[in-house]
Amino acid sequence: MSRAEVVEAPRRDPEPGPARRPGVLWSLGLFRSELVTVLRRWRTLALLVVLAAVPILIGIAVKVDTGGRGGGGGGGEGGPAFLTQITNNGLFLVFAALAATLPVFLPMAVGVVAGDAVAGEAGSGTLRYLLVAPAGRTRLLLAKYVSVLAFCAIATLVVAVSALAVGALLFPLGEVTTISGTQISFADGLLRAVAIAGVVAVSLSGMAALGLFISTLTNSGIAAMATTIGLLITVQILGQIPQLHAIGPYLFPHYWLSFADVLRQPVYWDQLVKNFELQALYVAVFGSAAWARFTTKDITA
Amino acid sequence: MAPNDSAQATDEARHLGAGRRKAARYLVPVAVAGVAAATIGLVPALAAAGDPSLPKISAQQLIEKMAASDTQQLSGTMKISTDLGLPGLGSLGSFAPRSGGSGKSAAPDAKLTELASGTHTLRVAADGPDRQKVSILEDAAEYSLIHNGKDVWAYDSGSNQAYHSQRSAADAAKEHGGKTPDAGVPTTPKALADQFLKNVDPTTAVSVDGTAQVAGRDAYQLLIKPKQSGSTIGSVRVAVDAKTGVPLKFTLASSEGGKAVVDAGFTKVDFSKPSADTFAFSPPKGAKVTEDDGKQKQKQTFKPEQSLPGGLGGLGDAKNTKVIGKGWTSIATFDTGGKGLPKADSGKGGGDAQKFLDSLGDKVSGKFGSGTVFKTRLVNALITDNGKVYVGAVTKDALVAAANAGQ
Repeated sequence: MSRAEVVEAPRRDPEPGPARRPGVLWSLGLFRSELVTVLRRWRTLALLVVLAAVPILIGIAVKVDTGGRGGGGGGGEGGPAFLTQITNNGLFLVFAALAATLPVFLPMAVGVVAGDAVAGEAGSGTLRYLLVAPAGRTRLLLAKYVSVLAFCAIATLVVAVSALAVGALLFPLGEVTTISGTQISFADGLLRAVAIAGVVAVSLSGMAALGLFISTLTNSGIAAMATTIGLLITVQILGQIPQLHAIGPYLFPHYWLSFADVLRQPVYWDQLVKNFELQALYVAVFGSAAWARFTTKDITA
Repeated sequence: MAPNDSAQATDEARHLGAGRRKAARYLVPVAVAGVAAATIGLVPALAAAGDPSLPKISAQQLIEKMAASDTQQLSGTMKISTDLGLPGLGSLGSFAPRSGGSGKSAAPDAKLTELASGTHTLRVAADGPDRQKVSILEDAAEYSLIHNGKDVWAYDSGSNQAYHSQRSAADAAKEHGGKTPDAGVPTTPKALADQFLKNVDPTTAVSVDGTAQVAGRDAYQLLIKPKQSGSTIGSVRVAVDAKTGVPLKFTLASSEGGKAVVDAGFTKVDFSKPSADTFAFSPPKGAKVTEDDGKQKQKQTFKPEQSLPGGLGGLGDAKNTKVIGKGWTSIATFDTGGKGLPKADSGKGGGDAQKFLDSLGDKVSGKFGSGTVFKTRLVNALITDNGKVYVGAVTKDALVAAANAGQ
């Protein structure tokens, strides 16, 4: 390690040369330290607690409501999808909780973490110290992005696990009826729940790249978070306007609810694939934009 | 601070070079976005290009092929777009709460009428005349109609409601006759094709209009056009699979041009046997099940044919209904015995309703007096002020002419 530093240090440059061989272990260490930094923050923990509380709230509300009316599945007017099935199968709380948190809570949490990633460090004056280490800006940015992605997965898992726990506690578990009306075993249903959590986490990757790009634009962490979340809300509103339906398919939240297609029998892939393609496009465009900005930026703080 | 310090320490020439390199980096996201935009723009165009080259056949042969088709098993995904030109209820719909719990019951009638507007994705599966399944895919929900032997189940996952009815096999087969190939017809395919062409000949031009690729399969296009003028229907186009003779796509174009009125076709199709559990259904725990005791009126199945003039014959059941003309331009007429549209003489509410009705229709007048024409892209209706109603898949002028002649 120390030897590597000796060799690399004199060649430090605003743009790290592409010739540098990426040390896998080094990158892993960098990523780990980034992830630990993210997870140790109080605001991150607070966000995760809020996310875990959502399924608890939904579960208790559904339990109290149906308890008063003496069972019966019908009557769930509007609201998030899958709400009506929760009383019969606790596993559906996982789907309902993800459907409820995906439009707002999850992307908001990701926006906070992604927006803070670079701008927060710049704002508190720690970014230059990070760059002193011979990691290179590209690799630092990559480590930041991977840690944000890891946060996406962790946040989704927190919602899913909390929902599963509450669902198992308050409601019966058992065979799952897919939304196509066919029955699958509980184990299969659990597998699909895991797949859905994965799809939801991937759905957030485009938003994470966008937040990271915004984060490289400013030195104020708050400004980056506010812009990212403001953009999320704007895009969600744009997606609701029927006159603008032509641009709808290119907005990153457009296919978010496609995760429900995993619950069809057989799985309906069209929308899911479109979702993945769209997220990949956002990651490519805003990831490279963040890279272009971050590697050429004058770090003054 | 080290990176920047070293950067500032370098000389001017290097600085300029670095500046250029910096600018070059911004080209990467721009290039990625550009490539993506080009892909989105070009791929559908490339995919649509090039109709398959198939041996030429006549309309007669194509209809024989359809009639001879013995495909009993298929599964696939369909897309149905309907644009009947009804006043903008569709745009209101997107602001309404999602369909999750909106359905009061899972009975098929209400659900299938939803197909009459907008774009829907359907999944269909069929295995012989006894087992079929149709599912309407909704946001995070699905409405399935399952026919398995004697049972007909409907399940709405959004509201977790089910509908069950038991029918005799004959009944069920009749009901789904539109979807299953004509297995029970005693004539040969050739005789059937002859018969069909002879019957439609005076009013209809039937031809094979090239080929097309539908759901990744090569298909012939059967073009059916009215010979008469005055119909709102421009043409009907049926894409028929070249190998199996199964219709894959149905397009109904308006004579006024523009977007197709009805465009229903497979986006994916598979002619292998669907797995048996596709048709198995038992209502999930806690689902509200509505049993149909069979006394309810016969349910309506959505069939595109019903919007064709032939479907208008169904109106003839009602008393004092007459059908004027024949073929594509037939017009159904009946006398309501009333005074046309309600008039605004009963208070303020009536006035508003009158204004609303007026805003939907066009005022027309002729030898018959005056009346109001209600227009959609397919079916137009004329309600005269003396209470006569003329309905048909014909233009406004044809309705007025019919009303004048009926005087």
